[in-house]
Amino acid sequence: MSTMTMADNAFDTADSRSHALVHARIMLRRNLRHMQRYPSLTLMVTLMPLVFLLLFVYIFGGTLGSGLGGVMPAGLHGGRSAYANYVAPAIIVMAVAAAAQGTAIAVAQDMTEGIIARFRTMAVARSSVLTGHVAGATIQTMAGVVVVTAVAIAVGFRPHANVAEWLAAVGVVLLLTFAVTWLCVGLGLSAKSVETASNSPMFLILLPFLGSGFVPTNSLPVGIRWFAEYQPFTPVNETLRGLLTGTKIGDNLIITIAWCVGTAVLSYVWSRRLYEREPKPR
Amino acid sequence: MELTQHVEVRDPAPERGSVTTVTATTGTTTAVAAISARGLRKSFGEKTVLDGIDLTVPQGTILALLGPNGAGKTTAVHLLTTYLRPDAGEIRIAGQDPAKNPQAVRRAIGVTGQFSAVDGYLTGRENLMLMADLHLLPKKVGRRRAEELLERFELAEAGDKPALTYSGGMKRKLDLAMTLVGGPKVIFLDEPTTGLDPRSRRTMWDIIRGLVAEGTTILLTTQYLDEADQLAHRVAVLDGGRIVAEGTPAELKARIPGGHIELAFADRAELAAAATVLSPAGRDDDALTLQLAGDGSVSTLRALLKRLDDANVDVESLTVHTPDLDDVFFALTGTKGA
Repeated sequence: MSTMTMADNAFDTADSRSHALVHARIMLRRNLRHMQRYPSLTLMVTLMPLVFLLLFVYIFGGTLGSGLGGVMPAGLHGGRSAYANYVAPAIIVMAVAAAAQGTAIAVAQDMTEGIIARFRTMAVARSSVLTGHVAGATIQTMAGVVVVTAVAIAVGFRPHANVAEWLAAVGVVLLLTFAVTWLCVGLGLSAKSVETASNSPMFLILLPFLGSGFVPTNSLPVGIRWFAEYQPFTPVNETLRGLLTGTKIGDNLIITIAWCVGTAVLSYVWSRRLYEREPKPR
Repeated sequence: MELTQHVEVRDPAPERGSVTTVTATTGTTTAVAAISARGLRKSFGEKTVLDGIDLTVPQGTILALLGPNGAGKTTAVHLLTTYLRPDAGEIRIAGQDPAKNPQAVRRAIGVTGQFSAVDGYLTGRENLMLMADLHLLPKKVGRRRAEELLERFELAEAGDKPALTYSGGMKRKLDLAMTLVGGPKVIFLDEPTTGLDPRSRRTMWDIIRGLVAEGTTILLTTQYLDEADQLAHRVAVLDGGRIVAEGTPAELKARIPGGHIELAFADRAELAAAATVLSPAGRDDDALTLQLAGDGSVSTLRALLKRLDDANVDVESLTVHTPDLDDVFFALTGTKGA
């Protein structure tokens, strides 16, 4: 076993940051392989926002578009095409939330696997299992967002953003992904069963409906309207819509950043703590 | 394997029950403890699972931790492998203290738990490569190790199938192969043959013997006396969270009452007739059986049957009982084990 000496030497600094990165990359590869080999979960979370997109554009879009009033910029008044442009950012947000739900399920499922117990008795950087999941989820989410955006364009979404606005939009989507993914990693870790893990992130799918994603908030009854204006998905939607279709952004960008960074940091700390706690005897 | 090692055990407070300091240097073969534990305790809530156990496993030997379900075997393995933290007690694994430097302990050990710890979605080969990557072996070296292990464990043919399609025995073998990728000096095997068919069990025993022949130290848990007998240099009997006996298999067996012979009769008259010519250790009038002390050797049986023949007593059946784990527990604890 001549390889052992080598392994020992290589491990002398196993706790260093660079090894945490190497281990995270190995875990990422493992997660990508899972997704590729068993694509049903990926497929489910990508199809869901597409169904909503087609439903809202082709079934409700004609009527809803006429009720938008002067919300959209000139040239996008009334009808189905106006509504396609109004709803597309909300569908992108929904794609992010749906993918995050998939992450909660994947994490909860993974924690039931014996191999996680094995990792705990190996000199593997502690954080790498979770960062591997988040990195994999980010790649999956961005792929889903690209598909959803492409289909949205095919059904009448006409973004007119310059390069800087496109980059900013990608940045906002990434930030949102990071926040809800870490939140769902925490939900997946805290779930007692895989079923719970698939139910608990449901609120992330429902929240965009109680905001400015599908109808302008000023059309809502007072109580719901108040909630809609202060809940985090509204500024995210307003920012994305502004960057992609040219509506007013105002202070929505800064509120979006605050919500996302806050959620990401708290969820990260929560998830790490859940993962580090002493495992239950099996 | 060239090994220049200076194992230093820091022992700041040499109080009662502290671990002996061990020093290993090249060239000298001293009995170095690869695993040692003193006063290990663990409770889950109200339930005390380990109530102060001491263990020592010299380098290059096998210790079998023998006990029924719920004796605390798995918890002991969890504590020794940094999976769980003890409530009290001192542990040294390859000279390292898991309380102070868990990563150093993890680098020295390999663990095959009671529950399958393979990634079912990955193939056998990918599982082994995953281990090689996590041990930071160069790709080429990792690939070679994976091939070697697939060959050695007769998994080469199934190497490209997902592990969840494997049979129980194949999963166990893959599990152990994954443990060996990093070349651990100390290996923990939690019930390595539970649920295996007799043939796979033999294969597993051969593999374990091979590892010790290479100088690996092994702690294994088992419910089977014959497994401990076959493999272990020393056996520690765990019952209700305490070590109730420790010794070589021969020492342990000497403490167990020998086997017995059971005779069954067709009716009570035959039973009574037999009881007068023999000196039974036990008699059951309802089951129509007699128990006799004896080891079941051919000469004992021949003599016994001759005496029954001479007295014209008909025996319906004869059974020879060899000592099993139940007998060990009965002898050592005075209570029925599992």
